[in-house]
Amino acid sequence: MSKVRVLVGTRKGAFVLTSDGKREKWDVSGPHFAGWEMYHLKGSPVDPNRIYASQTSGWFGQIIQRSDDGGKTWTQPGTPPGEQTGPGAMPKGESNKFVYDTSAESGKPLTTHQFYDGKQHPWEFKRVWHLEPSVTDADTVYAGVEDAALFRSTDGGKNWKELSGLRGHGTGPRWQPGAGGMCLHTIILDRSDPNRIYIAISAAGAFRTDDGGKTWRPINKGLYSQYIPEPTAEVGHCVHHVAMHPSRPDVLFMQKHWDVMRSDNAGDSWKEVSGNLPTDFGFVIDVHAHEPETIYVVPIKSDGEHFPLDGKLRVYRSKSGGNEWEALTKGLPQNNCYVNVLRDAMAVDSLDKCGVYFGTTGGQVYGSANAGDSWSAIVEHLPAVLSVEVQTLA
Amino acid sequence: MIRVVLPGHLRALARAGAEVQLHVDGPVTQRSVLDALEAQYPMLRGTIRDHVTQERRPFLRFFACEEDYSLEPPDTPLPEAVASGKEPLLIIGAIAGG
Repeated sequence: MSKVRVLVGTRKGAFVLTSDGKREKWDVSGPHFAGWEMYHLKGSPVDPNRIYASQTSGWFGQIIQRSDDGGKTWTQPGTPPGEQTGPGAMPKGESNKFVYDTSAESGKPLTTHQFYDGKQHPWEFKRVWHLEPSVTDADTVYAGVEDAALFRSTDGGKNWKELSGLRGHGTGPRWQPGAGGMCLHTIILDRSDPNRIYIAISAAGAFRTDDGGKTWRPINKGLYSQYIPEPTAEVGHCVHHVAMHPSRPDVLFMQKHWDVMRSDNAGDSWKEVSGNLPTDFGFVIDVHAHEPETIYVVPIKSDGEHFPLDGKLRVYRSKSGGNEWEALTKGLPQNNCYVNVLRDAMAVDSLDKCGVYFGTTGGQVYGSANAGDSWSAIVEHLPAVLSVEVQTLA
Repeated sequence: MIRVVLPGHLRALARAGAEVQLHVDGPVTQRSVLDALEAQYPMLRGTIRDHVTQERRPFLRFFACEEDYSLEPPDTPLPEAVASGKEPLLIIGAIAGG
Protein backbone atom coordinates (compact mmCIF):
# COMPACT_ATOMS: atom_id res chain seq x y z
CA MET A 1 0.00 0.00 0.00
CA SER A 2 1.21 3.49 -0.73
CA LYS A 3 2.69 5.65 1.99
CA VAL A 4 3.24 9.35 2.33
CA ARG A 5 6.16 11.01 4.03
CA VAL A 6 5.97 14.73 4.78
CA LEU A 7 9.26 16.50 5.49
CA VAL A 8 8.83 19.59 7.63
CA GLY A 9 11.55 22.15 8.25
CA THR A 10 11.02 24.54 11.17
CA ARG A 11 12.84 27.30 13.02
CA LYS A 12 13.89 24.81 15.69
CA GLY A 13 14.32 21.46 14.03
CA ALA A 14 12.94 19.06 11.43
CA PHE A 15 9.97 16.74 11.69
CA VAL A 16 9.01 13.75 9.56
CA LEU A 17 5.31 12.90 9.31
CA THR A 18 4.29 9.54 7.84
CA SER A 19 0.99 7.96 6.99
CA ASP A 20 -0.50 5.25 4.82
CA GLY A 21 -2.36 6.08 1.63
CA LYS A 22 -5.53 6.94 3.51
CA ARG A 23 -3.70 9.85 5.14
CA GLU A 24 -5.89 9.76 8.21
CA LYS A 25 -3.47 8.69 10.96
CA TRP A 26 0.00 10.14 11.16
CA ASP A 27 3.22 9.24 12.95
CA VAL A 28 5.40 12.20 13.87
CA SER A 29 9.15 11.88 14.40
CA GLY A 30 11.37 14.69 15.56
CA PRO A 31 12.63 17.13 16.31
CA HIS A 32 15.63 16.15 14.25
CA PHE A 33 18.53 18.60 14.69
CA ALA A 34 16.68 20.20 17.59
CA GLY A 35 17.32 23.88 18.03
CA TRP A 36 18.68 24.45 14.52
CA GLU A 37 16.89 26.27 11.73
CA MET A 38 15.94 23.64 9.17
CA TYR A 39 15.30 25.66 6.06
CA HIS A 40 14.50 22.81 3.71
CA LEU A 41 14.44 19.03 3.38
CA LYS A 42 13.76 17.22 0.13
CA GLY A 43 13.91 13.61 -1.02
CA SER A 44 15.45 12.33 -4.22
CA PRO A 45 12.94 11.32 -6.92
CA VAL A 46 15.43 8.62 -7.92
CA ASP A 47 15.93 7.11 -4.45
CA PRO A 48 13.23 8.06 -1.93
CA ASN A 49 15.44 6.96 0.94
CA ARG A 50 17.90 9.67 0.00
CA ILE A 51 16.91 12.94 1.68
CA TYR A 52 18.93 16.13 1.75
CA ALA A 53 18.51 18.71 4.51
CA SER A 54 19.70 22.27 5.07
CA GLN A 55 20.60 22.86 8.72
CA THR A 56 21.55 26.44 9.55
CA SER A 57 22.37 28.70 12.45
CA GLY A 58 23.28 32.33 12.87
CA TRP A 59 25.90 31.15 15.35
CA PHE A 60 27.40 28.12 13.66
CA GLY A 61 26.74 28.59 9.95
CA GLN A 62 25.58 26.13 7.33
CA ILE A 63 25.46 22.34 7.62
CA ILE A 64 24.27 19.91 4.96
CA GLN A 65 22.77 16.68 6.27
CA ARG A 66 21.88 13.59 4.28
CA SER A 67 19.83 10.54 5.09
CA ASP A 68 20.08 7.30 3.14
CA ASP A 69 17.33 5.52 5.06
CA GLY A 70 14.34 7.76 4.65
CA GLY A 71 15.10 10.11 7.52
CA LYS A 72 15.80 7.59 10.30
CA THR A 73 19.51 8.44 10.51
CA TRP A 74 21.55 11.34 9.18
CA THR A 75 25.15 12.11 8.37
CA GLN A 76 27.06 15.06 7.03
CA PRO A 77 28.18 13.91 3.58
CA GLY A 78 31.85 13.03 3.65
CA THR A 79 31.93 12.83 7.41
CA PRO A 80 30.57 9.54 8.73
CA PRO A 81 29.74 9.79 12.44
CA GLY A 82 32.66 8.92 14.67
CA GLU A 83 35.13 8.78 11.83
CA GLN A 84 38.21 10.85 12.48
CA THR A 85 40.82 12.27 10.22
CA GLY A 86 44.43 11.49 10.88
CA PRO A 87 47.61 13.35 10.01
CA GLY A 88 47.76 13.85 6.28
CA ALA A 89 44.26 12.48 5.76
CA MET A 90 42.00 14.07 3.22
CA PRO A 91 40.02 16.90 4.78
CA LYS A 92 36.48 16.06 5.78
CA GLY A 93 33.56 18.07 7.02
CA GLU A 94 33.53 19.83 3.68
CA SER A 95 29.85 19.34 2.97
CA ASN A 96 28.99 22.70 4.47
CA LYS A 97 31.52 24.59 2.38
CA PHE A 98 29.86 26.98 -0.04
CA VAL A 99 32.41 29.26 -1.66
CA TYR A 100 31.48 31.69 -4.40
CA ASP A 101 33.34 31.16 -7.64
CA THR A 102 35.90 33.89 -8.23
CA SER A 103 37.98 31.96 -10.72
CA ALA A 104 39.18 33.50 -13.94
CA GLU A 105 37.56 30.69 -15.95
CA SER A 106 34.07 31.81 -14.92
CA GLY A 107 34.56 34.96 -16.93
CA LYS A 108 33.16 37.77 -14.82
CA PRO A 109 33.17 36.80 -11.15
CA LEU A 110 30.89 39.21 -9.34
CA THR A 111 31.73 40.83 -6.06
CA THR A 112 28.79 43.14 -5.38
CA HIS A 113 25.03 43.40 -5.59
CA GLN A 114 22.66 46.19 -4.61
CA PHE A 115 21.98 46.47 -0.87
CA TYR A 116 18.81 47.76 0.85
CA ASP A 117 20.21 51.29 0.83
CA GLY A 118 20.99 51.21 -2.89
CA LYS A 119 24.74 50.95 -2.41
CA GLN A 120 26.75 48.09 -3.83
CA HIS A 121 27.47 45.36 -1.28
CA PRO A 122 29.77 42.34 -1.42
CA TRP A 123 28.29 38.87 -1.86
CA GLU A 124 28.32 37.06 1.51
CA PHE A 125 27.22 33.46 1.95
CA LYS A 126 24.62 33.07 4.69
CA ARG A 127 22.59 29.88 4.27
CA VAL A 128 21.00 27.35 1.96
CA TRP A 129 17.31 28.08 1.39
CA HIS A 130 16.38 25.28 -0.98
CA LEU A 131 17.77 21.89 -1.97
CA GLU A 132 16.59 20.36 -5.25
CA PRO A 133 17.69 16.76 -5.88
CA SER A 134 18.26 15.75 -9.49
CA VAL A 135 15.48 13.84 -11.25
CA THR A 136 17.99 11.38 -12.72
CA ASP A 137 20.86 10.93 -10.25
CA ALA A 138 20.53 10.57 -6.48
CA ASP A 139 24.03 11.96 -5.91
CA THR A 140 23.36 15.18 -7.79
CA VAL A 141 21.61 17.96 -5.93
CA TYR A 142 21.26 21.72 -6.41
CA ALA A 143 21.33 24.30 -3.63
CA GLY A 144 19.83 27.77 -3.75
CA VAL A 145 21.61 30.02 -1.31
CA GLU A 146 21.59 33.47 0.29
CA ASP A 147 23.25 35.71 -0.92
CA ALA A 148 21.68 34.54 -4.14
CA ALA A 149 23.60 31.93 -6.08
CA LEU A 150 23.12 28.40 -7.35
CA PHE A 151 25.42 25.56 -6.30
CA ARG A 152 25.53 21.94 -7.42
CA SER A 153 26.95 18.80 -5.86
CA THR A 154 27.51 15.65 -7.89
CA ASP A 155 28.84 13.52 -5.04
CA GLY A 156 25.91 13.30 -2.69
CA GLY A 157 26.31 16.71 -1.08
CA LYS A 158 29.96 16.39 -0.09
CA ASN A 159 31.44 19.02 -2.39
CA TRP A 160 29.63 22.03 -3.82
CA LYS A 161 30.47 24.10 -6.87
CA GLU A 162 28.78 27.30 -7.89
CA LEU A 163 27.10 27.55 -11.29
CA SER A 164 28.58 31.00 -11.61
CA GLY A 165 27.08 31.81 -14.98
CA LEU A 166 23.95 32.86 -13.11
CA ARG A 167 25.62 35.54 -10.97
CA GLY A 168 27.91 36.48 -13.82
CA HIS A 169 25.43 36.91 -16.65
CA GLY A 170 25.28 40.68 -16.19
CA THR A 171 22.30 41.75 -14.09
CA GLY A 172 23.77 40.77 -10.70
CA PRO A 173 24.69 44.30 -9.57
CA ARG A 174 20.96 45.18 -9.84
CA TRP A 175 19.76 42.34 -7.61
CA GLN A 176 18.79 43.36 -4.11
CA PRO A 177 17.63 41.62 -0.95
CA GLY A 178 13.98 41.31 -0.03
CA ALA A 179 12.83 41.40 3.58
CA GLY A 180 14.03 37.83 4.06
CA GLY A 181 17.42 38.44 2.53
CA MET A 182 18.68 38.03 -1.01
CA CYS A 183 17.80 34.40 -1.41
CA LEU A 184 17.63 31.96 -4.30
CA HIS A 185 14.58 30.07 -3.10
CA THR A 186 13.13 28.25 -6.10
CA ILE A 187 14.81 25.64 -8.31
CA ILE A 188 12.73 23.80 -10.91
CA LEU A 189 14.23 21.01 -13.00
CA ASP A 190 12.65 20.05 -16.31
CA ARG A 191 12.27 16.26 -16.50
CA SER A 192 11.96 16.39 -20.28
CA ASP A 193 15.05 18.54 -20.84
CA PRO A 194 18.02 18.07 -18.50
CA ASN A 195 19.58 21.28 -19.79
CA ARG A 196 16.68 23.47 -18.70
CA ILE A 197 16.51 24.84 -15.15
CA TYR A 198 14.34 27.62 -13.76
CA ILE A 199 15.32 29.53 -10.61
CA ALA A 200 13.88 32.49 -8.75
CA ILE A 201 15.44 35.07 -6.47
CA SER A 202 14.03 37.66 -4.07
CA ALA A 203 14.39 40.40 -5.13
CA ALA A 204 15.74 39.86 -8.60
CA GLY A 205 13.18 37.75 -10.43
CA ALA A 206 13.05 34.50 -12.38
CA PHE A 207 15.85 33.17 -14.57
CA ARG A 208 16.26 30.26 -16.98
CA THR A 209 19.13 28.27 -18.38
CA ASP A 210 18.83 26.08 -21.47
CA ASP A 211 22.36 24.72 -21.38
CA GLY A 212 22.60 23.00 -18.02
CA GLY A 213 23.52 26.07 -16.03
CA LYS A 214 26.33 27.57 -18.09
CA THR A 215 24.40 30.61 -19.31
CA TRP A 216 21.30 32.27 -17.90
CA ARG A 217 18.86 34.98 -18.77
CA PRO A 218 16.14 36.84 -16.87
CA ILE A 219 12.56 35.76 -17.69
CA ASN A 220 10.54 38.58 -16.17
CA LYS A 221 8.75 40.15 -19.15
CA GLY A 222 5.19 40.96 -18.16
CA LEU A 223 5.89 41.34 -14.45
CA TYR A 224 4.82 44.70 -13.03
CA SER A 225 6.17 45.71 -9.61
CA GLN A 226 5.10 49.16 -8.55
CA TYR A 227 7.46 49.11 -5.55
CA ILE A 228 10.59 49.36 -7.72
CA PRO A 229 11.72 52.46 -9.61
CA GLU A 230 11.05 50.92 -13.02
CA PRO A 231 7.99 48.67 -12.55
CA THR A 232 8.67 46.65 -15.70
CA ALA A 233 12.42 46.34 -15.21
CA GLU A 234 14.31 43.33 -16.51
CA VAL A 235 15.30 42.41 -12.93
CA GLY A 236 14.47 43.59 -9.41
CA HIS A 237 11.09 41.86 -8.98
CA CYS A 238 10.37 40.15 -5.69
CA VAL A 239 9.30 36.74 -6.93
CA HIS A 240 8.14 34.68 -3.96
CA HIS A 241 7.72 31.26 -5.54
CA VAL A 242 7.28 29.50 -8.87
CA ALA A 243 5.62 26.15 -9.58
CA MET A 244 5.42 23.86 -12.58
CA HIS A 245 3.62 20.64 -13.39
CA PRO A 246 6.15 18.05 -14.64
CA SER A 247 4.00 17.16 -17.65
CA ARG A 248 3.95 20.75 -18.93
CA PRO A 249 7.40 22.22 -18.46
CA ASP A 250 6.61 25.35 -20.47
CA VAL A 251 3.77 26.38 -18.16
CA LEU A 252 4.84 28.21 -15.01
CA PHE A 253 2.82 29.68 -12.18
CA MET A 254 4.26 32.44 -9.99
CA GLN A 255 3.30 33.99 -6.69
CA LYS A 256 4.98 37.37 -6.81
CA HIS A 257 5.23 39.80 -3.89
CA TRP A 258 1.90 41.07 -5.20
CA ASP A 259 0.22 39.34 -8.16
CA VAL A 260 -0.27 35.73 -9.17
CA MET A 261 1.20 35.24 -12.63
CA ARG A 262 1.28 32.61 -15.35
CA SER A 263 3.57 31.90 -18.29
CA ASP A 264 2.77 29.54 -21.17
CA ASN A 265 6.11 29.91 -22.91
CA ALA A 266 8.72 28.87 -20.36
CA GLY A 267 8.87 32.29 -18.78
CA ASP A 268 9.42 34.29 -21.97
CA SER A 269 6.36 36.32 -21.00
CA TRP A 270 3.92 36.44 -18.09
CA LYS A 271 0.33 37.49 -17.61
CA GLU A 272 -1.52 38.15 -14.39
CA VAL A 273 -4.09 35.54 -13.27
CA SER A 274 -4.95 36.96 -9.84
CA GLY A 275 -8.59 37.23 -10.96
CA ASN A 276 -11.03 37.21 -8.06
CA LEU A 277 -8.54 36.55 -5.26
CA PRO A 278 -9.36 38.70 -2.22
CA THR A 279 -5.70 39.77 -2.11
CA ASP A 280 -2.99 38.69 -4.50
CA PHE A 281 -0.12 39.01 -2.03
CA GLY A 282 1.23 35.70 -0.78
CA PHE A 283 4.17 33.34 -0.71
CA VAL A 284 3.25 29.77 -1.71
CA ILE A 285 1.94 28.44 -4.99
CA ASP A 286 1.65 24.83 -6.12
CA VAL A 287 0.09 22.65 -8.80
CA HIS A 288 -2.23 19.64 -8.41
CA ALA A 289 -0.35 16.39 -9.09
CA HIS A 290 -2.78 15.15 -11.75
CA GLU A 291 -4.53 18.28 -13.02
CA PRO A 292 -1.99 20.70 -14.50
CA GLU A 293 -4.52 23.53 -14.60
CA THR A 294 -5.43 23.22 -10.92
CA ILE A 295 -3.33 25.47 -8.75
CA TYR A 296 -3.26 26.56 -5.12
CA VAL A 297 -2.28 29.75 -3.29
CA VAL A 298 -2.74 31.08 0.23
CA PRO A 299 -3.58 34.80 -0.01
CA ILE A 300 -1.93 36.98 2.63
CA LYS A 301 -3.32 40.41 3.51
CA SER A 302 -0.42 42.60 2.42
CA ASP A 303 3.32 43.15 2.38
CA GLY A 304 3.03 44.96 5.70
CA GLU A 305 0.62 42.51 7.33
CA HIS A 306 1.80 38.96 6.77
CA PHE A 307 -1.33 37.12 7.86
CA PRO A 308 -4.58 35.96 6.25
CA LEU A 309 -7.24 38.51 5.42
CA ASP A 310 -9.84 38.94 8.18
CA GLY A 311 -8.14 36.33 10.35
CA LYS A 312 -9.50 33.54 8.12
CA LEU A 313 -7.03 30.94 6.87
CA ARG A 314 -8.16 30.15 3.34
CA VAL A 315 -6.45 28.20 0.59
CA TYR A 316 -7.61 29.34 -2.83
CA ARG A 317 -7.85 26.86 -5.68
CA SER A 318 -8.20 27.59 -9.35
CA LYS A 319 -9.18 24.75 -11.68
CA SER A 320 -8.68 26.94 -14.72
CA GLY A 321 -5.02 27.80 -14.32
CA GLY A 322 -5.84 31.10 -12.64
CA ASN A 323 -8.29 34.00 -12.81
CA GLU A 324 -11.21 32.04 -11.34
CA TRP A 325 -10.56 31.07 -7.74
CA GLU A 326 -12.57 29.33 -5.03
CA ALA A 327 -11.92 29.55 -1.30
CA LEU A 328 -11.19 26.27 0.48
CA THR A 329 -12.03 26.66 4.15
CA LYS A 330 -13.40 23.37 5.47
CA GLY A 331 -11.29 22.36 8.45
CA LEU A 332 -9.22 25.55 8.48
CA PRO A 333 -9.56 28.20 11.21
CA GLN A 334 -11.98 30.92 10.14
CA ASN A 335 -11.48 33.40 12.93
CA ASN A 336 -8.58 34.91 14.83
CA CYS A 337 -5.95 33.25 12.63
CA TYR A 338 -2.90 35.44 12.07
CA VAL A 339 -0.23 33.02 10.86
CA ASN A 340 1.77 33.18 7.66
CA VAL A 341 2.52 30.44 5.14
CA LEU A 342 6.08 30.81 3.87
CA ARG A 343 7.17 30.30 0.27
CA ASP A 344 8.46 26.71 0.48
CA ALA A 345 5.79 25.52 2.91
CA MET A 346 3.30 23.90 0.51
CA ALA A 347 3.55 20.60 -1.35
CA VAL A 348 1.39 17.95 -2.99
CA ASP A 349 1.50 14.16 -3.02
CA SER A 350 0.76 12.09 -6.11
CA LEU A 351 -1.88 9.77 -4.70
CA ASP A 352 -5.40 9.66 -6.05
CA LYS A 353 -6.95 11.91 -4.78
CA CYS A 354 -4.14 14.37 -4.71
CA GLY A 355 -2.98 15.32 -1.21
CA VAL A 356 -2.14 18.94 -0.46
CA TYR A 357 -0.10 20.03 2.56
CA PHE A 358 1.05 23.33 4.00
CA GLY A 359 2.70 24.57 7.17
CA THR A 360 2.27 27.82 9.05
CA THR A 361 4.43 30.13 11.10
CA GLY A 362 2.14 29.15 13.99
CA GLY A 363 3.46 25.61 13.84
CA GLN A 364 0.52 23.83 12.27
CA VAL A 365 0.85 21.45 9.34
CA TYR A 366 -2.45 21.05 7.55
CA GLY A 367 -3.22 18.28 5.10
CA SER A 368 -5.99 17.56 2.67
CA ALA A 369 -6.48 14.06 1.23
CA ASN A 370 -9.05 15.30 -1.28
CA ALA A 371 -7.26 17.97 -3.29
CA GLY A 372 -8.20 20.73 -0.86
CA ASP A 373 -11.93 20.09 -0.42
CA SER A 374 -11.38 19.60 3.32
CA TRP A 375 -8.44 19.98 5.67
CA SER A 376 -7.25 18.77 9.04
CA ALA A 377 -4.24 19.58 11.17
CA ILE A 378 -1.73 16.72 11.00
CA VAL A 379 0.26 18.30 13.78
CA GLU A 380 -0.02 21.53 15.74
CA HIS A 381 2.25 23.57 17.97
CA LEU A 382 5.49 22.93 16.12
CA PRO A 383 8.01 25.75 15.84
CA ALA A 384 7.35 28.11 12.93
CA VAL A 385 7.27 26.04 9.74
CA LEU A 386 9.78 27.08 7.07
CA SER A 387 9.25 24.35 4.50
CA VAL A 388 7.06 21.38 3.63
CA GLU A 389 7.88 18.69 1.09
CA VAL A 390 6.09 15.42 0.39
CA GLN A 391 7.25 12.03 -0.78
CA THR A 392 4.76 9.53 -2.17
CA LEU A 393 6.16 6.08 -1.47
CA ALA A 394 5.16 2.84 -3.14
CA MET B 1 45.69 16.95 26.97
CA ILE B 2 43.95 20.17 26.05
CA ARG B 3 40.38 20.51 27.30
CA VAL B 4 37.74 22.32 25.22
CA VAL B 5 34.15 23.02 26.27
CA LEU B 6 31.73 23.20 23.35
CA PRO B 7 28.36 24.96 23.15
CA GLY B 8 25.35 22.67 23.20
CA HIS B 9 24.53 22.66 19.50
CA LEU B 10 28.11 21.77 18.56
CA ARG B 11 28.17 18.94 21.11
CA ALA B 12 25.15 17.48 19.36
CA LEU B 13 26.70 17.97 15.95
CA ALA B 14 29.97 16.33 17.01
CA ARG B 15 28.16 13.66 19.04
CA ALA B 16 30.49 14.59 21.87
CA GLY B 17 30.12 15.39 25.56
CA ALA B 18 30.30 18.85 27.07
CA GLU B 19 34.07 18.72 27.23
CA VAL B 20 36.41 17.18 24.68
CA GLN B 21 40.08 16.43 25.10
CA LEU B 22 42.64 17.04 22.39
CA HIS B 23 46.30 16.39 21.78
CA VAL B 24 48.10 19.44 20.41
CA ASP B 25 51.62 19.36 19.03
CA GLY B 26 53.72 22.47 19.55
CA PRO B 27 52.56 25.80 20.95
CA VAL B 28 49.04 25.83 22.35
CA THR B 29 47.22 28.65 20.59
CA GLN B 30 43.69 29.32 19.37
CA ARG B 31 44.72 28.16 15.94
CA SER B 32 46.46 24.97 17.02
CA VAL B 33 43.63 24.02 19.37
CA LEU B 34 40.97 24.63 16.72
CA ASP B 35 43.02 22.75 14.13
CA ALA B 36 43.18 19.78 16.49
CA LEU B 37 39.49 20.07 17.32
CA GLU B 38 38.50 20.07 13.64
CA ALA B 39 40.83 17.17 12.89
CA GLN B 40 39.22 15.08 15.62
CA TYR B 41 35.70 16.29 14.88
CA PRO B 42 35.65 17.13 11.17
CA MET B 43 31.94 17.86 11.25
CA LEU B 44 32.81 21.05 13.13
CA ARG B 45 34.72 22.54 10.20
CA GLY B 46 33.14 25.85 9.30
CA THR B 47 31.03 26.06 12.45
CA ILE B 48 33.55 27.90 14.64
CA ARG B 49 35.77 29.48 12.02
CA ASP B 50 34.70 30.59 8.57
CA HIS B 51 35.63 28.01 5.94
CA VAL B 52 37.44 30.48 3.74
CA THR B 53 38.79 33.26 5.94
CA GLN B 54 39.40 31.04 9.01
CA GLU B 55 38.12 33.95 11.10
CA ARG B 56 36.07 33.32 14.24
CA ARG B 57 32.37 33.33 13.50
CA PRO B 58 30.91 36.58 14.85
CA PHE B 59 28.52 35.07 17.39
CA LEU B 60 31.17 32.91 19.08
CA ARG B 61 33.67 33.89 21.76
CA PHE B 62 36.69 32.17 23.32
CA PHE B 63 37.22 32.32 27.09
CA ALA B 64 39.82 30.76 29.38
CA CYS B 65 40.81 31.34 32.98
CA GLU B 66 38.05 33.94 33.29
CA GLU B 67 39.57 36.02 30.51
CA ASP B 68 38.26 36.80 27.01
CA TYR B 69 40.68 35.67 24.30
CA SER B 70 38.30 36.25 21.40
CA LEU B 71 40.11 39.26 20.04
CA GLU B 72 43.62 37.90 20.51
CA PRO B 73 45.56 36.99 17.34
CA PRO B 74 45.06 33.28 16.60
CA ASP B 75 48.72 32.42 17.09
CA THR B 76 49.02 34.03 20.53
CA PRO B 77 49.83 31.36 23.14
CA LEU B 78 46.90 30.49 25.39
CA PRO B 79 47.48 30.52 29.17
CA GLU B 80 49.70 27.86 30.68
CA ALA B 81 46.71 26.55 32.63
CA VAL B 82 45.04 25.71 29.30
CA ALA B 83 48.24 24.25 27.85
CA SER B 84 48.66 22.02 30.89
CA GLY B 85 45.05 20.89 30.87
CA LYS B 86 44.30 22.43 34.25
CA GLU B 87 41.72 24.80 32.73
CA PRO B 88 39.54 24.35 29.62
CA LEU B 89 39.20 26.66 26.63
CA LEU B 90 35.55 27.68 26.58
CA ILE B 91 33.82 28.21 23.21
CA ILE B 92 30.73 30.25 23.99
CA GLY B 93 27.80 31.17 21.77
CA ALA B 94 26.52 34.72 22.10
CA ILE B 95 23.33 35.08 24.11
CA ALA B 96 21.35 36.67 21.31
CA GLY B 97 17.82 35.60 20.59
CA GLY B 98 16.96 31.98 20.91
